[in-house]
Amino acid sequence: MLSLVYFAWVREAVGRDEERIERPAPGTTVAALIAALAARGGGYAQAFARPDKLRAALDQRFVPLDSPIGEARELAIFPPVTGG
Amino acid sequence: MSRVSIQAEDFDPAAELAALEASGGGGVASFTGIVRGDGGLIALELEHYPAMTTAQVDRIVAEACERWPLLGIRVIHRFGRLEPGERIVFVGTASRHRAAALEACAFLIDWLKSQAPFWKKEHFADRTAWVEARAEDDAKADSWKR
Repeated sequence: MLSLVYFAWVREAVGRDEERIERPAPGTTVAALIAALAARGGGYAQAFARPDKLRAALDQRFVPLDSPIGEARELAIFPPVTGG
Repeated sequence: MSRVSIQAEDFDPAAELAALEASGGGGVASFTGIVRGDGGLIALELEHYPAMTTAQVDRIVAEACERWPLLGIRVIHRFGRLEPGERIVFVGTASRHRAAALEACAFLIDWLKSQAPFWKKEHFADRTAWVEARAEDDAKADSWKR
């Protein structure tokens, strides 16, 4: 299983802060998973329509969207951060 | 000596500065971020990613320690609901000389803006809006890349 966690407007659009899904094949990229999530429609389509507006972290480390998910246990998807 | 706190509670900059002054250096620099009340803002709500925040801030602090000869670093970042005029973030650095303290302080605050997993939501009387990241903030963080 792979845990997906969402933050900020991504969390609001999908209507939940986390979920567990079947582990995709190790070579699957974050971008490919985002496309699959968008295909669910509804709030997911809204949240994941614009990958250029999204950032991702695998096991709490920022990664580019073309990174393979590999053996990571957690994938976080969120907008660019606005701390400080 | 570095200390990082991610907390909902307010903090006392004077006490933080006094601790940095006691670290034995010749210079202490600090930055305190305050919530602005622009455009009728009622409150700012800060969401963060707890599992990632500490690890990410520790990484930023470790990098500052590698780049400058620092005697002390203090980072405090608040989350939750904050009103205009409230303190939101504090970065303090102590070093033997001013340049290292000032530069490390600027580096840390620029990195927090673009690398620490916090998101700000603005609350107005009639609407809410997530704050969008500014290209300018990314450019500032990039300018520190070696």
